[in-house]
Amino acid sequence: MSEGILDYGDHSHDDHHGPEKGFKRWLFTTNHKDIGTLYLTFSLVMFFIAGFMALIVRVELFEPGKVLVNPEFFNQMTTMHGLIMVFGVIMPAMAGLANWLVPMMIGAPDMALPRLNNWSFWLLPFAFSMLFSTLLMSGPAPDFGWTFYAPLSTTYGPKSTDFFIFSIHMMGASSIMAALNIVVTIFNMRAPGMTWMKMPVFVWTWLITAFLLLAVMPVLAGCVTMMLMDRHFHTSFFNAAGGGDPILFQHVFWFFGHPEVYILILPGFGVISEVIPTFARKRLFGYASMVYASAMIGILGFAVWVHHMFTTGAPYGAQLFFMYATMLVAVPTGIKVFNWIATIFRGSISFETPMLFALGFLIMFTLGGFSGLMLALAPSDYQYRDSYFVVAHFHYVLVSGSLFTIIAAIYYWLPKWTGHTYSERLGQWHFWLSVIGMNLTFMPMHFLGLAGMPRRIPDYALQFTDFNQLCTVGAFIFGFSQLIFLYIVITSCFGKGTGKASSQVWEGARGLEWTLPSPVPYHTFETAPTIT
Amino acid sequence: MQKSMTRLVLFFSLCFSAVAAYATPGINMPYGVTPVSHEIYHLHMACFYVCCAIGVGTFGVLIYSLIKFRKSKGAEAAHFHEHLGVEILWTVIPTLILVVLAIPATIILKDIHNTEDAAITIKVTGYQWKWKYEYLDQGISFFSNLSTPQDQINNKAPKGEWYLLEVDNPVVVPVNEKVRLLVTSDDVMHAWWVPELGVKQDAIPGFINENWFIATQPGTYRGQCGELCGVNHAFMPIIIKVVSQDEFKTWVSAHQNVADQSQHTQMLALSQANAAILKKQNHHAKKVELRS
Ligand SMILES: [Cu+2]
Repeated sequence: MSEGILDYGDHSHDDHHGPEKGFKRWLFTTNHKDIGTLYLTFSLVMFFIAGFMALIVRVELFEPGKVLVNPEFFNQMTTMHGLIMVFGVIMPAMAGLANWLVPMMIGAPDMALPRLNNWSFWLLPFAFSMLFSTLLMSGPAPDFGWTFYAPLSTTYGPKSTDFFIFSIHMMGASSIMAALNIVVTIFNMRAPGMTWMKMPVFVWTWLITAFLLLAVMPVLAGCVTMMLMDRHFHTSFFNAAGGGDPILFQHVFWFFGHPEVYILILPGFGVISEVIPTFARKRLFGYASMVYASAMIGILGFAVWVHHMFTTGAPYGAQLFFMYATMLVAVPTGIKVFNWIATIFRGSISFETPMLFALGFLIMFTLGGFSGLMLALAPSDYQYRDSYFVVAHFHYVLVSGSLFTIIAAIYYWLPKWTGHTYSERLGQWHFWLSVIGMNLTFMPMHFLGLAGMPRRIPDYALQFTDFNQLCTVGAFIFGFSQLIFLYIVITSCFGKGTGKASSQVWEGARGLEWTLPSPVPYHTFETAPTIT
Repeated sequence: MQKSMTRLVLFFSLCFSAVAAYATPGINMPYGVTPVSHEIYHLHMACFYVCCAIGVGTFGVLIYSLIKFRKSKGAEAAHFHEHLGVEILWTVIPTLILVVLAIPATIILKDIHNTEDAAITIKVTGYQWKWKYEYLDQGISFFSNLSTPQDQINNKAPKGEWYLLEVDNPVVVPVNEKVRLLVTSDDVMHAWWVPELGVKQDAIPGFINENWFIATQPGTYRGQCGELCGVNHAFMPIIIKVVSQDEFKTWVSAHQNVADQSQHTQMLALSQANAAILKKQNHHAKKVELRS
C-alpha cells in the first residue's frame, strides 16, 4: 500500500500544471478537489429534485380530498423523495465534503485511491438515471416507501422494482468504494506528526462513518439481492407462502438502516465540531470525549435496529434489550451536545452564517433527540410508530443533523475553495427563512402524529386539516428559501461573490486547510507539512 | 449582530411556546379508554416532562452563553478545553435519568405482553384494503370496509363529519371485558392501530401477532391502518364500538342468526343443484351479512 502512495506522490510532482479543459476534466479527473466538487454539485441538483417531490406531497396534503395527484403517484413521490434525499443528497454531499477536506485536513496530496475515487462518483449519475427512468415507465415507479418492506415490494411490487434494485446496487457499490478510499487515505496518508489524537474531529467522524458504511452497505446489497431472487428466481426469502419470513426483510433492512442514519449524521457532527470552535474563538471542549462518543454512537448503532420493529410482534426480551440499547445512545449524543455548549460557554462568539446554521443544528437536533428518547420507550412506541410523530422526529434529526450541517460546511469552506466571500446578508436571510420554514413544517407533525395521523397517507380525516395546512405553508417557505442558497453558491463559484477571501478567511479558524491560500491551488501538500 | 441576537432570542421563545402548546388536549396523545393506553399516556408525559427539564437546562446555558459571551460586547475567549469532573457528571446524570425512565417502561411493556385470561378473542386479518374480523368463540365473521362515498374523496360531495373514519361494519366489543386480538394479514403488511385503545399491532402475512385491550368506557373509537400497504392505505379505517354487556349479547345473537340464515339459504340453493342460482344466492347472503 505505502509503495503505491509513494509512486503517486512522485508522479504528482512532475504534474504541476492545472486541470484539463472542458468536460474531460470532469469525466477523467482523479483530483480529490474536482471529485469533491462533482459530488457536491450532484447533491445540490438532487436536493432540488427531491425537494420538489416533497412539495408535491405537501400540496396533496394541503386539505382532505384529492388535491393534485392520485394516491398511486403520491406513494411514488414519498418513496422517491426519501430515497433521493438519503442516497442522492446527503450521502453524496458528505462524500463530497470528505473528498475536499480529508486530504487537506491531514496534509495529504490527494486521496489514496484516485481512480477508484473517480469511479465511485461516476456510478452515481447512472444509478440515479436508472431510478428516475422508473418514473417514465408504463407501470408505477417504486411506490412502497423508502423502506421498501416486503412483500409490498416483492410479490406485490411494480415491475419497475427491478430497476430500483439495480440502482440501489450501484449506489451501494459507490458508497463502499468511497468509504474504502477514505479509510485507506486516513490510515496511510496523514502527514508526519498528524497522530490519531491530533486529527480534526471531522476526519475522525468520517473515519467512523466509513467503517459503518463498509459494514452495512453489503447488507443492503444482500437485502435487495434476496428481493430480486424472490421476484424472479422462485426463492421465498421474504414470502410466507413459500416458507419465508417477511420480518426477516425488516431485520436485514434495519440492520443496514439504523447504522445508516448515523452514517448520515456523524460527518455532520464533525462539521459542527469545526465550525463552533471557530466562531466561539475557543478550542473544542473535550476533544477526546468527542472522539470516544462518536465511536460509541457508531458501535451502539449496530445494536438498536429492532427499535424500528417494536410493533412487529417482537418478543418481550428482545424489546427490552433493544429499548435499553436505544436509550443508551442518548448518553454519547448528550455528551456531544454538552461539549459543544461548553465550547460556546465563555467563548468570544460571533454569528456569521456557518455559526447560525451550527446553532440551528444544535437546537433542532436536541429537539429531535428528545423525540428520539420518547420513541425509544417501547410502550409509547406502540402509539408513535408509523405516525406523523416519527416523520417529525426523523426530519428534525436529519434536516438539522445532515442538511443544516452540510449547509454550514458549505458556507464555512466555500470562501476557501473558491477564493470568494459570499454575501453575509443573504446568508442570514437564508438561515432565518430556513429555520422558520423548517420548524413550521415539522413542529406541527408532532401534534398530528400524537393525535393519530398515520404517515404515508395521501388523504386524511378532517380533524388533521389545520396542522397540515401549516406544514404545507412551512414547506414552501423552507423549499423556496433554498433558492437563496443556490444563488449564493453559484455566484461564489463563478467569481461573482462579494470580495476576495484571505487565506485565513475566518478569524478563529484553525487547522491545516486554513494554511493554504484561497482559492486552494489545484494540487496541495505535495510536500507533506510538518505538524507540531 | 445585535439584531440577529434579538431574532435568535425571539426564535427560542417561539420554540418554547410551541412546546408548551404540546401538552394541551386535542393535539396530544389521547388518554384513551384502556388501562394500557393510560399507562402509555403517563409514560409519554413523564418522558416529555423529563425532556422539558433537560431542555430548559441545556438551552438555558446555551442562550445565556450566546447573550453573555458575544464578541461584539467585547467578550474574550477563555482557554479551558476540558474538565474531567463535568464530563463524568454529564455522562452519569443522563444515565441515571435513563434508568428512571426504563423502569416504568419495562413494567408497562410486560403488561402489554400479558394476553392471558381474555373473555373474547377476535382474529383480525388485514387485506388490501379492508379488515376482516372473526369472533372465534361466537362464530361471527365479517369484513369491514370504508363507507365514505367516493364522491366525497373526489370533492364532488361535501365531506361528512367522519370523513375516512367510517366503515360499514364496525367491530363491536363489550365494555370492561378483556379482548384478545390475533392480528395477521392475507397479503402485504398492515397495522391495526386504534390510538384510544393504546393498541398498534402489525398484521404480517404468515404470522399471528397478539395484543389485547379492556375498554372501560362505552363509545365509538376510530383508528387507521398504520403500515403502508399500497394505493389505498389511507382508506381502510378501523371503527370499534364499545357497548354494554347486554347490548353485546344482543348484537352477538343477531349476528349469529344472520350467519345461520345465510347457511340456510346456501343449503336451499344446494338442494336445487343449480350452479347459477347458487352463485346468486351466495352473493345475496354475503350482502345480507355485510349490511346487518
Ligand atoms: Cu393497510
